[in-house]
Amino acid sequence: MSVQLTVAIMMTIAGAATPLLIAALGELVVEKSGVLNLGVEGMMLIGAVAGFAVAYSTGVPTLGAIAALIAGALVSSVFAFLTLSLMANQVATGLALTIFGTGVSALIGAPFVGITTSTLGPLFAFDNPLLRLLFGHSPLVYLGIALTIAVWWFLKHSRPGLILRAVGESDDAAHAIGYPVLRIRYLAVLFGGAMAGLAGCYYSLVLTPMWAERLTAGRGWIAIALVVFASWKPGRVLLGAYLFGLVITMELQAKAAGFNMFAPEFLAALPYLATVAVLAIISFAPQGGANAPACLAKPFRATA
Amino acid sequence: MFEITKRRLLAAASIAAIVFAVPSTMAQDSGEGAGGQEPVKAGFVYVGPVGDFGWTYAHDQARQCMVEELGDSVETTFVENVAEGPDAERVIRQLAQDGADIVFTTSFGFGNPTVKVAQQFPDVKFEHATGFNPGGDNMALYNAKFYQGRAVLGTIAGMMSDSGKAGYIASFPIPEVVMGINAFQLAAQKQDPEFTTQVVWVNSWYDPAKEADAANALLSQGADVITQHTDSPAPLQAAEKAGAIAFGQASDMTSFAPNAHMTAIIDEWCPYYTKRVQAVMDGTWEPGNVWLGMEDGEVVMSPFNDAMPDDVKAAAQKVYDDTKAGNYEVFTGPIRDQSGEIRVPEGETMTEEELLKMDWYVEGVQS
Repeated sequence: MSVQLTVAIMMTIAGAATPLLIAALGELVVEKSGVLNLGVEGMMLIGAVAGFAVAYSTGVPTLGAIAALIAGALVSSVFAFLTLSLMANQVATGLALTIFGTGVSALIGAPFVGITTSTLGPLFAFDNPLLRLLFGHSPLVYLGIALTIAVWWFLKHSRPGLILRAVGESDDAAHAIGYPVLRIRYLAVLFGGAMAGLAGCYYSLVLTPMWAERLTAGRGWIAIALVVFASWKPGRVLLGAYLFGLVITMELQAKAAGFNMFAPEFLAALPYLATVAVLAIISFAPQGGANAPACLAKPFRATA
Repeated sequence: MFEITKRRLLAAASIAAIVFAVPSTMAQDSGEGAGGQEPVKAGFVYVGPVGDFGWTYAHDQARQCMVEELGDSVETTFVENVAEGPDAERVIRQLAQDGADIVFTTSFGFGNPTVKVAQQFPDVKFEHATGFNPGGDNMALYNAKFYQGRAVLGTIAGMMSDSGKAGYIASFPIPEVVMGINAFQLAAQKQDPEFTTQVVWVNSWYDPAKEADAANALLSQGADVITQHTDSPAPLQAAEKAGAIAFGQASDMTSFAPNAHMTAIIDEWCPYYTKRVQAVMDGTWEPGNVWLGMEDGEVVMSPFNDAMPDDVKAAAQKVYDDTKAGNYEVFTGPIRDQSGEIRVPEGETMTEEELLKMDWYVEGVQS
């Protein structure tokens, strides 16, 4: 295998992993605060269309990414209001958010079908494959890795992170000590929405610089699965996202190389088989799947 | 876990309102029944979003064009994003129940559901695109010979490729797709006997990210021509970035890849839709099974890219003109299969029936 090919493969892996990573990190923070938002796919689509629309109208892709952040946070605020203030069922509201996001993004995106825009591509272009592998990615790829470290540090070593986890583990206890449970959850949901929006614009501004309906084609669901897969640990989300990127890429590379040892159906099933295998291994681990925040998806009502 | 309180019920109701308002958007273009006569109602079932800029987009353009042609005497409804399978049956039945006079189902996987619903509504006409099950007296099949267009693409690919290797992004191994791959490879082989076509199956009609990744995989492994039987422009963008050439699918996708886009196969369903709905109006509708191609104006090519060398342009145009005139048929022997065995002897041409059941690849296809 030539160096060029290896580098091309590794860059594709990073590209496939990044949006999953960013969306999953956002969802991880949301779930750590005790809220389950299944609307990631919908928020990603809103982010994708908002990012594209702004990048196209202004010609500045960075502004598009910022718009995606804001748009994702905006739609997630609807979810936050329904589930936190009105105490609606989080599962149903999350599903509704996905359907809502799919429809609204199609509506907003209608005038943008069939055009392309400048991309949020690599900052530096290199001919040397090694330099390209290190520095030739879209800024979002580096952002994803930085974000992993930031989220890990925030949850593990910062005081606000500890409070957020406390809210997710025992909302009543956190409330009794005097922490504003709902306000913290609101902020977590908004952060999750912003990250989903940003992940969405990775598709419309980096990978395939265009808008088409259902552009993300179900990646939001994979991001949600990744959080469970990673047993709510940021480092494992990173690992899981890149593993998933690896499996997807190898499937396509093997097909492109005319590698016929396995049936194509088997290769297509590989990402899902890998998910099942890892889930099984996690559940055998001493802690088991018991790492889930204790208050996940439970509505909170302040008592006294 | 979930206590029912008044507040929660209210919240749930508001969510339910959102949920049921949005899925599978149903839209109506209605004309007022002119002159007291009831307009004919035509329903369309689409597999993808109308904004896919590919297959479904082409059908929806044709629907709008048909409405323009027939004016107030027709009223159309469409349902987009319908999954192939049981859900399709529900949607088709719903259209029939809502008083549609004719229902067009526009994807291969809608075949069996269409047959089933057609039996339940003998007074409604059903038309299924790209299928093979003829159903009963109130059902017709229609299809377009896209493979004729793929022969034009193959000719261009065979002449312009330096590596002699094309990457083909394919959806599902159904005859429709298999025959397209074969037509492309056969035409390319005529230009370059060593030409090979590497197929990557993405198991989806529409998944831009996966289509782009598949194109990148093929490009990184030496393909310098990308062609596709999936519906998004993503592979073209990948080809554009890599400096390869590529072809649009179902609509002119030049805007996505001004340098890479050589031409596109365009489906013109409008004349057929107009004719069939007109027939329902006149009471002359008959079941049928048509497979129309370039000779009928149903398959056309979008303008060739200016960057195409003149001899390539001329050769591609000749394939188009000869097909149109009935003098060129890509599936003419001798045709060898992957093992090198002759499947179609010299001088013979495959029949339409054989093509519609095609389940083997010609020499040079790697899948």
